[in-house]
Amino acid sequence: MSRYFIDRNAKYLVLVCASTSFIILAAIAIFILKEALPAFQHVGFIHLLFGTTWRPTMGGFGILPMIVGSLAVTLGAMILAIPLGLGCAVLLAEVAPHRIRQFLRPAVEILVGIPSVVYGLVGMLLIVPLIREIGGTGYSVAAGALVLTAMVLPTIISISEDSIRAVPRRYKEGALALGATHWQTIWHVLIPAARSGITAGIILGMGRAIGEAMAMIMVTGNAVQIPNSPLDPTRTLAGGIAVEINYASGLHENALFAIGVVLFILILAINSIAILAIRRGRHAQDVC
Amino acid sequence: MKIRRGWKWFILPMVAALLVATFLLVGCSSGSLGTITENGSTTVQPLAEKLAGAFKAKNPDVNVVIQGGGSAVGIKSVNDGTVDIGAASRELTAADPTLVKHLLARDGIAIIVHPSNPVTGLTKEQIIGIFAGNISNWSQVGGQNKSIDVVAREEGSGTRTAFQDLVMGKALIKSDAILQNSNGFLKTAVSSDSQAIGFISMGLVDSSVKALAINGVAATEENAKNGTYPVVRPLYFLTKTQPTGIVKDFIDFCTGPDGQKIVAEEGYITVE
Repeated sequence: MSRYFIDRNAKYLVLVCASTSFIILAAIAIFILKEALPAFQHVGFIHLLFGTTWRPTMGGFGILPMIVGSLAVTLGAMILAIPLGLGCAVLLAEVAPHRIRQFLRPAVEILVGIPSVVYGLVGMLLIVPLIREIGGTGYSVAAGALVLTAMVLPTIISISEDSIRAVPRRYKEGALALGATHWQTIWHVLIPAARSGITAGIILGMGRAIGEAMAMIMVTGNAVQIPNSPLDPTRTLAGGIAVEINYASGLHENALFAIGVVLFILILAINSIAILAIRRGRHAQDVC
Repeated sequence: MKIRRGWKWFILPMVAALLVATFLLVGCSSGSLGTITENGSTTVQPLAEKLAGAFKAKNPDVNVVIQGGGSAVGIKSVNDGTVDIGAASRELTAADPTLVKHLLARDGIAIIVHPSNPVTGLTKEQIIGIFAGNISNWSQVGGQNKSIDVVAREEGSGTRTAFQDLVMGKALIKSDAILQNSNGFLKTAVSSDSQAIGFISMGLVDSSVKALAINGVAATEENAKNGTYPVVRPLYFLTKTQPTGIVKDFIDFCTGPDGQKIVAEEGYITVE
């Protein structure tokens, strides 16, 4: 009986396993919403979201500067990481000889494994003093963006490379047969065909960038202000939670959870866009 | 295949043994005289750990659990009854709940700059001006013609609250100051920036930074002890009611001669 018993019930077992991740997600969502609720009630959604003064021990609960700070470092990182990552992915997938690829690919993968506190430390002791030479204190949006660039590059590179490799061979053969040069083939055929995967890589990298706390605390300076230039200090949403949660109590703590809700929604939105991009890309490729 | 099976038979008993050992250890400590729990100020934490170690050496039956969290957490937890002792590195205010205070030690707050900075001292007014943002160049206080990088602690930190109360008074720390969220990160930030100024617990000052004199009084333990150094705050153990039993034993040990010897060794100011 046991073989059939297992066969009949295995699906329930995997169902339980699969629902665990959903239950965890739901539990996190409910928990942070519940903890954030007093802040939304007391401060008001609009005041919280668009207020510019953050002095939680004196009743100032505006998180707009942190939203701007998060978006600024993420945007800066993306401007640097997209061309770099795409270039590296093309090199790995199309240009580099096997031996160089054998060396470069693991190097990129190791970047993923480095803990963010190490990125932060290197940023604090290397990048921050360099930026101080240009102007300001060095703790800045620019420092945050540079550190994040290093952190998201591996994600963008490996996903882009895989998707360029996944482009059907006949596309490349067809382009070359029509007389296109290797570079023309890469630029006009392979990259457009791999578009959905590349977009997904970029968006996943963005998700990592926006959620990064430790490294950002160490290099952005954590001043709660809307930065006027890339050399100004700023604070990110995730960094804001991590900086103050140790000492927070009461409404201050609730306000930090409200930041968590905003972050949660942002990351949910980014991931949804990624899923949509992948789905649309797949569809387009099928039509081709 | 054979090798794999070998591994399995090796790992399984190991895991089982570890689990059993863990349970045994947990069982041991809960079977003893009792456990004292403490959390709160991260300034008090390293000192409390040393004190707990010495206390446990004398009373092996008692387990003392020390955690951080910050002064606000310490005050809240002891008032909630989550811990036996809360630690605070600032004076209690009217907004705080009423608790029994046990003065453990005093701690000076040092104003620190980069060792290469030619400035050796500031007046209290100059410090307020710098941290409030009214003075922004070292040349305004007798230093080089370089802008001042103000580094402070984050909102809620006991060290920041004490600095705010003892130095700044009504003036606010400027909103574009660089904030670091621990004494250690703040010290690293100042020691790696020749234009920086910051404040940390006096017990944590080392050769990587330079402590400034305030109103001509050097930031030394001696001056903090004799009351001439102006920025000194209390370090408290807090209990909800008058302590009894092992909690009383521990607090008596810490405020007594043995405990105060450790307080002095750790660079804090002893209390009589």
